[in-house]
Amino acid sequence: MAWLGLYNYWVVIFLMMAGFYAVITRGNLVKKIVGLNLFQTSVFILYISMSKVQGGTAPIVDNEFAIYSNPLPHVLILTAIVVGVATTALGLALVVRIRESYGTVEEDEIHHLDKSF
Amino acid sequence: MEHLIVIVLLSFLAITAVAIVMLHDLVAVVMLFGIFSLLSAVIFLVLDAVDVAFTEAAVGAGISTVLMLGTLALTTPKEKTSPRFAPIPLLVVIITGAALVYGTLDMPRYGDPTAAIHQHVAPRYLERAPRETGIPNVVTAVLASYRGYDTLGEVTVIFTAGVGVMLLLGSPRRQTKRKRGKR
Amino acid sequence: MRHHLILRIVAKLLIPPILLFALYVQFHGDFGPGGGFQAGVIFGAGFILYALIFGVETAKKVAQPEIVRVMVAVGVLLYGAVGLVSLLLGGSYLDYSVLAHDPVRGQHLGIFIIELGVGITVAAVMITIFFTFASRGRS
Repeated sequence: MAWLGLYNYWVVIFLMMAGFYAVITRGNLVKKIVGLNLFQTSVFILYISMSKVQGGTAPIVDNEFAIYSNPLPHVLILTAIVVGVATTALGLALVVRIRESYGTVEEDEIHHLDKSF
Repeated sequence: MEHLIVIVLLSFLAITAVAIVMLHDLVAVVMLFGIFSLLSAVIFLVLDAVDVAFTEAAVGAGISTVLMLGTLALTTPKEKTSPRFAPIPLLVVIITGAALVYGTLDMPRYGDPTAAIHQHVAPRYLERAPRETGIPNVVTAVLASYRGYDTLGEVTVIFTAGVGVMLLLGSPRRQTKRKRGKR
Repeated sequence: MRHHLILRIVAKLLIPPILLFALYVQFHGDFGPGGGFQAGVIFGAGFILYALIFGVETAKKVAQPEIVRVMVAVGVLLYGAVGLVSLLLGGSYLDYSVLAHDPVRGQHLGIFIIELGVGITVAAVMITIFFTFASRGRS
């Protein structure tokens, strides 16, 4: 059952590729941002999977416990999540502005409008 | 047993991701994305990352869902369906994924305490942080003290993103649609 | 949302505990799970829930946009100011050990203040972003 130890990473890669696929094939800008968020969340899971220690507990030091999971990836991802939502909001704001200027959020229609100028 | 829970939850996550990519109704996509975030928060909890789970639950299932629904209200809730099947992107994705899977074969197994990541600075933090900062929660100690510069940068990024949103959407809407014809 | 009686009552019951919980997460983050980032997000979510149920205009009376906008900057400035104070007291930038006589107490104090700064900025940015998006449709 040694391959089960890699299952986390494989799901991470699957999610990453699902997000990647959504970004490159879908023309709708909101859908693209959702795809980017999928990609982002998969990276979070990759980091947190690596930080886990078998038999460990949450890294809040107490005399009762001896083994703790690695706190460093938690720190990195904790800040990345909040930064992620802030940058997602910025992306969504851009989408709203594009909609107001072009009247559409579909990529091909935007390109078409750009060319017709 | 713990790993079994993680495996089941990760499988749910994969199924949700497929649904998110396939669906064309964007409201459903956004709601599913909320579920996706909540599921990943549960996974973080099982993987001992309590602080991260906390944040993900509040951010992913709460704020980002609200923001995306707000965007849909300002744009359109339907994705234009593209009937044509795209083989080249699928091929690109499969090849990239296969390369990455090949890369994981050398990775340390799940929960391996001898993995390289657990040998570097982490033991030092766990051992000394409570003594040096007087704070038992090592995540908070590392975040605020040992990596204080990093966190200052992150807060600045959040500040900048907030300012950016205000600049983009804060000013009253101009009649750009009319003007376009005259340009 | 004026007529959704159940939503309004439940929200009224829930919002004070949400805000209180955010403060608990903020100030108990040293000993349990929590800290500025989480607290800020939860605090912001409480206000967003209020705005969703009772309307953005009502929420703007509670959290005035001018004040929230100032708060966005206040948090970052508070964080940076702690670094400057430690610089003036003879330490290096963001070295909290010099903030008190005892290095451990100094570290604790420094972490407490910068977490507060982080919490203020995150909460203010979340509320501002929501207000900006919500006001857009109407203007």
